[in-house]
Amino acid sequence: MTGLALLLEQLPALQVVLPLLAAPVCVLLRRPNLVWALSCLTSLGCLGIALTLARQIYPHGVISYAMGGWAPPFGIEYRLDELSVFMLVVVSLAASLVLIGARQSIQREIPADRIHLLYAAVLLMLTGSLGIISTGDAFNLFVFLEIASLSTYALVAMGRQRRALVAAFQYLVLGTIGGTFILIGVGLLYMMTGTLNMQDMAERLPPVLHTTTALAALAFLVIGAALKLALLPLHIWLPNAYTFAPSMISALLAAISTKVAAYVLIRFVYGIYDLRWSGLNLPLNDVLALLAVAAMLFASYVAVRQQEVKRLLAWSSLAQIGYIVLGLSLATSAGLAASTLHILNHAVIKAGLFVAVAAVLFRQGGSTLQLADLAGLSRGMPWTTAAIIAGGLGLIGVPLTAGFVSKWALLQALIESGTWLYVAALLASSLLAVIYVWRIIEACTASTGDRDIQRREAPLGLQLSIWALVAMNLYLGINSSPGMRLATEASGRLLAPTAGVPL
Amino acid sequence: MKLREEQTILRIVSKLLLPFILLFALYVQFHGDYGPGGGFQAGVIFATGIVLYGLVFGLEAAETALPPRWLQVLMPLGLLLYAGVGVANILLGGEYLNYNTLDAHDPVHGQHLGILLVELGVGITVAAVMVSVFYAFSDRGKD
Repeated sequence: MTGLALLLEQLPALQVVLPLLAAPVCVLLRRPNLVWALSCLTSLGCLGIALTLARQIYPHGVISYAMGGWAPPFGIEYRLDELSVFMLVVVSLAASLVLIGARQSIQREIPADRIHLLYAAVLLMLTGSLGIISTGDAFNLFVFLEIASLSTYALVAMGRQRRALVAAFQYLVLGTIGGTFILIGVGLLYMMTGTLNMQDMAERLPPVLHTTTALAALAFLVIGAALKLALLPLHIWLPNAYTFAPSMISALLAAISTKVAAYVLIRFVYGIYDLRWSGLNLPLNDVLALLAVAAMLFASYVAVRQQEVKRLLAWSSLAQIGYIVLGLSLATSAGLAASTLHILNHAVIKAGLFVAVAAVLFRQGGSTLQLADLAGLSRGMPWTTAAIIAGGLGLIGVPLTAGFVSKWALLQALIESGTWLYVAALLASSLLAVIYVWRIIEACTASTGDRDIQRREAPLGLQLSIWALVAMNLYLGINSSPGMRLATEASGRLLAPTAGVPL
Repeated sequence: MKLREEQTILRIVSKLLLPFILLFALYVQFHGDYGPGGGFQAGVIFATGIVLYGLVFGLEAAETALPPRWLQVLMPLGLLLYAGVGVANILLGGEYLNYNTLDAHDPVHGQHLGILLVELGVGITVAAVMVSVFYAFSDRGKD
């Protein structure tokens, strides 16, 4: 076998190892620009690996990698199917596009002697996120979840205001509870099935499905994942974390953290358990759908009433998480495909908006951005304003933006399963989105009155990052079929009929 | 400061204990592949030695013995050692962290060497992080 083919076989491990190696190197290098360049290269490298893997997996199916040479189910297996490779691309793409523009904004917001630590934490978060997605082992998933979460707490705490520390602490407490719940769930499952390999678990679970232990495990896993996902009643950490984190970190969090948590939830309720099992005797889909609808309506309503732009976007994220959960709660392949697609589309849209906010804050100074501060933005920073408008339209789901495609897919899935109340909720939530997006646009175009505000466009790096994300947003909106096809195939594999499904 | 100088018994006993604590840490570290132990435990035990020294003789003394600058290097170094072993395994033609590849003739010896190096990396990072946490907390409120 040639060296290249050998290397190709190692890709499932390498894409997690690459950022894991780069993080300590960052701490040793210390020079801000050098560290930034290394982080960019690393995330681009991960993107390259993810795309190479996608080209292999989409036509040929699952790749299994035995970590350390120990064969699964006893060793730790890295198991990449269409859904995981789709998520790998989403995460590494979002990380690359945000990091490209991060240099100046981070330099402005973070003390020079901490910049290298920030990038190290970003790389560790990337390691954790990519690891969660790749691993086929439930305990390994928990470990990576902790790696990703711990580095996220540190990132939030680096925000400029002292309140960032409180936000990080709140996130730490709730995130740890979520992590612990997942660990308890995994432990209970291990007790019932005697295995930690998720594939193996799914095969051994049906005979013991009716035991209280197996149901308790499901409850722990779902609640733990919902905490990390910030699904409505468990959401209170998210608005503060997004508001007080450094601006570019907010973009990363919005694009990666909750999306990976959504993936974890999908893995638990379809990869190990199966929401379609009628034997479960548990109205879990209805519970999830209800919480999702509550998130869509309540969070959108709260977003309408916000005065601070980052906080408004954070509440809008909570509503969008509602869409994702609503789709997956339908337990149909159309619903799951819509959710999967919305994970990608919302990551691109929200990251674009948060980077645009970072650009405004870069010129404005300060660490919070009130709606009133946006006055006159359309004259001083017309390009950034255009990007904010494009992102806002995406949030509403206007045709020709990415948001439209996934919302349309979700709407079709809802109609297909005949859940008309949810259709109404989706439309109502979109109307609320129109209002809060309109408030941002109105603020951007408002006249400055007698105040004279001098603004110019943000530096090239930030512009590049914003426009790459906006271009992705529009591309996914105009050329909708490839994304839809990939998402459908990803959900198709997960919902494929497997042996041993009890009816 | 005065109080600290009066604690003769504490000072003498900790000075006597210190080498044994550090030695025990090294024992737990390098005997971890045969008995209970390993990098995590050894790292924490090693760090408690430094913490004890810092508590009894003052933060300055501890920071002279183990400067914070070193810790900044040791923390990533341990992780690099861990991850580096895995990369070496890949370069030798195995899976990531497949220690069998470390010795071409005797895979058991390879496994032994691999876990020794990986645990050493874990030990270095854990000890450095624990001591850093101690320094960070005891440094508070000084400036």
